[in-house]
Amino acid sequence: MAVALLLIFVAVGTVVFHFMSPWWWTPIASNWGYIDDTIALTFWITGFVFVAVVLFMAYCVWKFRYRKENRAEYEPENTKLEWWLTGLTTLGVVGMLTPGLFVWNQYVTVPEGAMEFEALGEQWQWSFRLPGKDGKLGTSSIRNITDNNPYGLNVKDPNGKDDVLVDGDEAHLPLGKPIKVLLRSKDVLHDFYVPQFRAKMDIVPGAITYFWFTPTRTGTFDLLCFELCGIGHHAMRGKVIIESEKDFNAWLKTQPTFAKSMAQARNGTENLPNRVLTRAEGTSPGQGIVR
Amino acid sequence: MADVAPAGTEFIPPAEVEDVELYHAKTWVTKYVFSQDAKVIAIQYSATAIAIGMVAMVLSWLMRLQLGFPESFSIIDAGDYYQFITMHGMIMVIYLLTALFLGGFGNYLIPLMVGARDMVFPYVNMLSYWVYLLAVLILVASWFVPGGPTGAGWTLYPPQAILPGTPGSEAGVVLMLISLALFIVGFTMGGLNYVTTVLQARTRGMTLMRLPLSVWGIFVATILALLAFPALFVAAVMMTLDRLLETSFFMPTIISMGEMLEYDGGSPLLFQHLFWFFGHPEVYIVALPAFGIVSDLLSVHARRHIFGYRMMVWAIVIIGGLSFVVWAHHMYVSGMNPWFGFFFATTTLIIAVPTALKVYNWAFTLWKANIQLTIPMLFALGFIVTFVNGGITGLFLGNVVVDVPLSDTMFVVAHFHMVMGVAPLMVIFGAIYHWYPLMTGRMLDEAMGKFHFWVTFVGAYAIFLPIHYLGFLGVPRRYFEMGETSFIPESVQTLNAFVTVIVLIVGFAQFVFFYNVARSFFKGKDAGRNPWKATTLEWQTLESPPGHGNFGAELPVVYRWAYEYGAPGVEDDFVPQNIPPDEVKMAPGGATQT
Repeated sequence: MAVALLLIFVAVGTVVFHFMSPWWWTPIASNWGYIDDTIALTFWITGFVFVAVVLFMAYCVWKFRYRKENRAEYEPENTKLEWWLTGLTTLGVVGMLTPGLFVWNQYVTVPEGAMEFEALGEQWQWSFRLPGKDGKLGTSSIRNITDNNPYGLNVKDPNGKDDVLVDGDEAHLPLGKPIKVLLRSKDVLHDFYVPQFRAKMDIVPGAITYFWFTPTRTGTFDLLCFELCGIGHHAMRGKVIIESEKDFNAWLKTQPTFAKSMAQARNGTENLPNRVLTRAEGTSPGQGIVR
Repeated sequence: MADVAPAGTEFIPPAEVEDVELYHAKTWVTKYVFSQDAKVIAIQYSATAIAIGMVAMVLSWLMRLQLGFPESFSIIDAGDYYQFITMHGMIMVIYLLTALFLGGFGNYLIPLMVGARDMVFPYVNMLSYWVYLLAVLILVASWFVPGGPTGAGWTLYPPQAILPGTPGSEAGVVLMLISLALFIVGFTMGGLNYVTTVLQARTRGMTLMRLPLSVWGIFVATILALLAFPALFVAAVMMTLDRLLETSFFMPTIISMGEMLEYDGGSPLLFQHLFWFFGHPEVYIVALPAFGIVSDLLSVHARRHIFGYRMMVWAIVIIGGLSFVVWAHHMYVSGMNPWFGFFFATTTLIIAVPTALKVYNWAFTLWKANIQLTIPMLFALGFIVTFVNGGITGLFLGNVVVDVPLSDTMFVVAHFHMVMGVAPLMVIFGAIYHWYPLMTGRMLDEAMGKFHFWVTFVGAYAIFLPIHYLGFLGVPRRYFEMGETSFIPESVQTLNAFVTVIVLIVGFAQFVFFYNVARSFFKGKDAGRNPWKATTLEWQTLESPPGHGNFGAELPVVYRWAYEYGAPGVEDDFVPQNIPPDEVKMAPGGATQT
């Protein structure tokens, strides 16, 4: 009896916990509501199966408990029942997979004219780059990186001259425009994730990875690294600020371009738009964040 | 079902080869230390696996202390924490679960259950254990080298695993890779034994479709391991070369801490493919033996045949096959070609069908059964609940686009702990309560067993259920401390403290279990012969516990499947596999089925 009650308690308790839990999605701030919908659907289908199986077991444990004079029923197979269950399960799986693949197709298809935005990861900080007036990011390579060219841009590429190199670890992005996030790493794997955007992708050194999303509300959001990247992984943070296009353009003007920062470096004014200088002051990078 | 439960005496062919004389140990050392008897090797494997598993359990307490009370334990720094999670994961998956299911239960059960005197290559079997022990010792040694063990996460992803920003990148990671390579060498020696013994050394009448599901599970899992481990082996060798000789298999151009390294042109994703080509079958290397063993536990203690035996066998085989074409579902957001997502999501969700079928058949085994709520039965029920729970969250993570927000969050941690941590452990505990009487001749104490079950099952469920929801919130895994965020409420810290307390309570309950195992060895109730009234051959040996050579002068002959419980018209509610049909005692009044 106690065991049957335990099983009922587990089934009912799980459902109650699901609906009462104070921990649930952070309010969404991107176009990926479809992902939340697919999850809700998956919850209904799988939740039903879980509750049904556990309650069925509870019933069996109570109803068919051991009695000395009893004998179990002898029915080694029931092919018809097994095929029915196979069919129903297949139906449930198709019901979850089909919408899932439709949404994945959207996830991997970047809309034409999406604004490019680059995040560059390194142990354990973020840097950001936005295209200038030409709307194109210049080519880059880790090999080009010097103190004066911390993003490793190709100095001969005209598209890179007007690229905006964001000063600091806060990126601003305009509301309501599809954004293609291009991801590069100087050293190890990282991952760009803002929980409210629901979309993430690993950053792989030696490659440029990407994903896209459209911000749907303004605000300041935490950017976290979501792929273990060494001892300072948990401290690799940034911010993404979503604001109206007008505010965004005003902010963009205050940020230095690649051409300008190169010129400044040549003139020796040493007003670099990155943290190479502050870095050099510490004994080793990331030192302050590791307790 | 004619081929599993014959009506009359059928023709049993004579043995094709004569009984081969075994190696007979003459000294204490060759009998109990450098032993070639699979049953002794099984105990050696199990004891070593459980000992190193206890280290991993203590590591989980330490990491939970940090997560539950981040301000109180200043002795744990970020480097320690990442070392704890790495060693905890690697030990639990490889050195405990794989070694215990295959080296432990595989060695003990295969020869006895198929009616063989021993494994077919006893000397190689002995070597297998000693190489495994060496691998464990090298793993332990990494705590005593400069820099300590590796903190790269159990997935050991390069470039991070071998660069200075990760703890243990000096020597720890090299020892880890060497230890893994040795583990695979040792496993291969054992694995070839298990497969060959099942194929070649079954006794007369033991057709493949009469094997107990325990043997089927271990057999298919071993084939998976023999095919999957080589991928990990080459990955370990290549990464060792990258680390020591600065080759660039997995290393692209890198600027580490402001300094350009010598590496150039390698692919970090190549490692991930190799790792998961091993890593996903690994899940089933642990799960399939659990599937098999739990089927037997359910059947024996529910006093009913397993429902749909043939479907259960085919499900094991199909799951095993499919497990080789799903590996990249661990890599949906790794930056691999996104079009792979369509293929791997489809194959992954297809696996759910045979898996669900197994769950239904376990549940139907209980239908109209005569269920004895023994300790093994309690743990078997606990397995089904936790496995279904962990299995359905796999449908979230397998469905590519749903994985995008959930990957690398605490949801993943909760999922794999439920499905390949708690669920297989339920089976391991159930199996120990079930076969301890055979191994020692004594029963484990029932009251302590009940306490152990209730605390472990309820506790483990209470630990991992809420952790899923932290994943929805966006709490990342592998974070030493959460620090300041705008989206994580205070209540998460309260939950983390609660979980830590439960972890310590469940940990305490395991000591009750260990005490039970030790005490019962001397003071347990005498088990007698076949205390569970089981049908399989391991309980039908001449002496119990079975001695060297397992069976008496004659090997048993098998006349029926392993699940003859509650057969109509028979006096007892079970008929062992080796009783000839004309010796089965029939009930006086004919069928007495209810």
